[in-house]
Amino acid sequence: MSVVTIERKVLEKNDSLAAANRDRFTRNGLLALNIVSSPGAGKTTLLEATIEHLKSRVRIGVVEGDVQTDIDAQRVARYGVPVVQIVTNGGCHLEAGLVAQAVDRLDLDAIDLLLIENVGNLVCPANFDLGEAMKVVVLSITEGADKPLKYPAMFRHASVLIINKVDLLPYVNAGIDEIEEYARQINPRLVIFKTAATTRLGIEEWCNWLTSRLTAGHA
Amino acid sequence: MHEASVAAGILDLVRQHVPAADALRVRAVRVRIGDMAGVVPDSVGFCFDAIVAGTEYGSAFLEIDRIPAHGVCGDCGRAAMIDSLPPFACRSCGSPFITVTAGDDLTVVDVELDEAPGGP
Repeated sequence: MSVVTIERKVLEKNDSLAAANRDRFTRNGLLALNIVSSPGAGKTTLLEATIEHLKSRVRIGVVEGDVQTDIDAQRVARYGVPVVQIVTNGGCHLEAGLVAQAVDRLDLDAIDLLLIENVGNLVCPANFDLGEAMKVVVLSITEGADKPLKYPAMFRHASVLIINKVDLLPYVNAGIDEIEEYARQINPRLVIFKTAATTRLGIEEWCNWLTSRLTAGHA
Repeated sequence: MHEASVAAGILDLVRQHVPAADALRVRAVRVRIGDMAGVVPDSVGFCFDAIVAGTEYGSAFLEIDRIPAHGVCGDCGRAAMIDSLPPFACRSCGSPFITVTAGDDLTVVDVELDEAPGGP
C-alpha cells in the first residue's frame, strides 16, 4: 500500500475563481454585494427598492441567481438597470465561475454597485465565495427569530443583516430585539438595518449606508 | 445539498493527483472536515459514493477525520474550544467576539493506493 499526499482545500477552485472576480471588481472600482436569504425573504423586492432609491446617483448592475426562470431579472430590468440572469438548473447556490461568466455580459466600467442576488437558501451559499466585498443576509420576521441560531454559518459570514417585512410585526410572534440578540450572538460585528421593502420603510437608511461605503472606497 | 459540489471537488483533486491509469488502485480518500465547515460529513460520504460510482475511481471510499472547532476570545484572549451549537460565546468571559482558529477545514489530506497488480 502507498499513500499520495494531497493536502489541498476542497473548494480551492471556487476560491481562486472568487479571488479573480474580487481583483476584477477592485480594478473596476465597484462594490459587489452577495445578497443571501431563504426563499421569499424579500431579496428581489429589496433590490427593487434599493435600485429605485439610488439609480439617479449610482450606476447599478445586477446578477440574478435562481434555480429556474428569469422572473427576477424581468422584475429588475423594469428599473432600467443592466441585469444578467443565472439559472442554476437545480443548483442550490451560486459559484464564483458562474458569476465570472455572468459579469462578462456586463460593462463593469459603467457600474459602481454590483448587486448579486444568490439562490434563495440559508445554508449552501455560505460556503461559496463569489468575490464579493461583503455578504448581506436578509431575514424576514415571518421566518421566526431563531433563524440566526439555526443557520449560524450564513450569519457568521455576513457583514450586514437586513431584517425585512417589519411592517408585519403585529401579525407574528418574532420580535426585532430577539432577532438582533440572536444574530449578535453569532456575529457581534453585524451591521443591522430594519426594512419593509414593499412599503420602502427603512430603505433610505440602508441606501445612505450603502452610499457611504461607495464613497469610502470600500476596497 | 452543496455536499454534492463538495464531493465533486474532492474527486477533482483526486483526479489531479492520481493518474487515471492508477484509478482502480485508489482504496481510500482521506478528508478533514471541520465542525464549522458548514457541511454534513455523512452527506459528503453519500454524495462521494454516488459520484465515483461508474467512474474509474469507483472502488474509492471516503475516510473522514472530524476536526472540532477552536477559537480565541477577542476580549480575554483565552483559547477556547467552541461548541458546535450556537451561541459561540467564550466560556471564560462570555464574550461573543470569538475568532475561529480551527474547525473551518474542508481539505483532501491524502489518497491510499493498493499495490499495483504484479508489483512488489
